[in-house]
Amino acid sequence: MAGKKLMKGNEAIGEAAICAGVRHYFAYPITPQSEVAEYLCWRLPEVGGAFVQAESEVAVGNMLFGAASTGLRTFTSSSSPGISLMQEAISYMAGAHLPVVLVNIIRGGPGLGGILPAQGDYFQAVKGGGHGDYRVGVLAPSSVQEAVDLMILAFDLADKYRNPMMLIGDGMVGQIMESVEFPETNREDNDPIKSDWALTGALNRKPRVVKSLFLNPDLLEENCLLLEEKYKRMKENEIRYELYKVSDKNRLLIAAFGTMARICQTAIDELEREGVSVGLFRPISLFPFPEKEIYAEAGKKNIEKILTIEMSVGQMVEDIERCVKGRKPVEFFGHTGGIVPTPNEVKDKVRESLGLKK
Amino acid sequence: MSNDSTVIFKRPESLSENITHYCPGCTHGVIHRIVAESLDELGLRGRAVGVAPVGCAVLIYNYFNTDFMEAPHGRAPALATGFKRCRPDMIVFTYQGDGDLASIGMGEIVHAANRGEKITVIFVNNAIYGMTGGQMAPTTMPNQKTTTTPAGRDVSLVGYPIRVAELLSTLRTPSFVARVAVHTPMHIVNAKKIIRKAFRLQKEGTCFTLVEVLSSCPTNWGMDPSAATKWVGDVMKPYYPLGIFKDPEREEA
Ligand SMILES: Cc1ncc(C[n+]2csc(CCOP(=O)(O)OP(=O)(O)O)c2C)c(N)n1
Ligand code: SF4
Repeated sequence: MAGKKLMKGNEAIGEAAICAGVRHYFAYPITPQSEVAEYLCWRLPEVGGAFVQAESEVAVGNMLFGAASTGLRTFTSSSSPGISLMQEAISYMAGAHLPVVLVNIIRGGPGLGGILPAQGDYFQAVKGGGHGDYRVGVLAPSSVQEAVDLMILAFDLADKYRNPMMLIGDGMVGQIMESVEFPETNREDNDPIKSDWALTGALNRKPRVVKSLFLNPDLLEENCLLLEEKYKRMKENEIRYELYKVSDKNRLLIAAFGTMARICQTAIDELEREGVSVGLFRPISLFPFPEKEIYAEAGKKNIEKILTIEMSVGQMVEDIERCVKGRKPVEFFGHTGGIVPTPNEVKDKVRESLGLKK
Repeated sequence: MSNDSTVIFKRPESLSENITHYCPGCTHGVIHRIVAESLDELGLRGRAVGVAPVGCAVLIYNYFNTDFMEAPHGRAPALATGFKRCRPDMIVFTYQGDGDLASIGMGEIVHAANRGEKITVIFVNNAIYGMTGGQMAPTTMPNQKTTTTPAGRDVSLVGYPIRVAELLSTLRTPSFVARVAVHTPMHIVNAKKIIRKAFRLQKEGTCFTLVEVLSSCPTNWGMDPSAATKWVGDVMKPYYPLGIFKDPEREEA
């Protein structure tokens, strides 16, 4: 798949997984991400792989558990209610140190909610979702190209840390058509036979067990500390974020991720033309969160306020407040339920925050 | 031991040296052994992967000399599906209790069976939840006393026990579905034959195979081991008839 292609986000996510070496994909249909399965159901057989349409997302999560235990790369995609059902398996896979990638093309919730784009699953993705002491690495693309690049990165990070990784996009990233480029060569560098944990048959070695059960509390604590140590390493090495028009002229710093950040860029460009200087801080890795970087930006003399804008009633804003540590006032603006804040609304909110006339 | 002695009985290579934690008189251990013997005899140990249930057999991986995954409660067939689809060259089996398979995992087992996953399911039906202390299972017998049915299972409130082998054999796809018991030596010999056949069929590439095994739980039935094995024959067996419900070899004949 060399050269630029015009592709829908969901299909590009499927193709990116193939580039990352994935040959097995498990899923259950749900709007707005069903195109991933509709793409991979014919595309995977072309490259010698297989798609299994599972009976439920509970089964999907557990099929991933089994598939990942082979040491081969595998992934699923779903949308909010489906991801809720996968939390059981995610917790087990984290506990069992399994590398796996999950994509959540978020729709409005709670409950059945709606089918339009939202970011209300931030807490679920970033703060846990399932039971127990574990974390999932979370990446948030804001364009189709970035979704492709982050998908491939997600597989590398899942393998590096042997931990579940989640890519969260709102319905917009999944549905929009953009021009994308894929890496030239397929990556098939994960050879399960070479791994020292994958289940390959105990022919000439001791049996291996993939499990999250430790009835002895000392051993369970040891496992949790092992996980914690990985999360610490992730915090040290895997922080990703982007600054847009950040300068010492900024009076205000917007914090936003995913599609919302793109909309804020438009507002920032327009405000600039009006002589109002605003910068954007866009976290790309939501776990680990760019804590120190936010803190540093908030500390700059010229920044009067931080404004967090989300497609939810305010979730990431709690992390922004946590990281800013009271250095500057943190304000919030958002819409939820599938309503996407417009550039005009963002501009109005910025002017209001800075005490400027609308 | 002198060189000309003949070994007539030994631990199967597929079983580890660890001593099981099962209660005296529990037939989980017998079932482990015949699964292990089957793997040995078919030469499958080195490419076998088991999936452990949540239930009394949750630590089964300590007793087998094969690779193992430990599944969430009821989800073993989904793990087995994911694994086998990635590694069709390997032999994948689940080992599940009746709470695990017939209650919380009913969705996973029906669909794995119906997709014709090339796996073998060993389904241990002991008519009760053993591990959590003797609550009612979907397979608990009518009027059987459990900690959540102290007056006996009232079928007018909770229905009749589910006959899993019969239920799954209504599906067209599964290849081999059978029910055996292990309460007498004769039944154990036959159970071994059937379990071995299920693994042989998987080895030969046939689709889904399941063997339901009537098993005892003296501890939670409140019986001594011999009364418990007798109860399997007298009470369970009439309701859960033994036999082969689906057999690809019979269909061909
Ligand atoms: C999601 C979830 N719910 C409940 C439990 C508690 N639990 C552990 S074992 C078990 C029942 C096991 O019974 P069965 O499958 O019949 O196996 P047995 O112990 O009789 O061999 C239950 C309900 C659990 N571990 N996970
Ligand atoms: S509780 Fe029942 S099933 Fe569990 S080990 Fe004891 S006898 Fe066996």
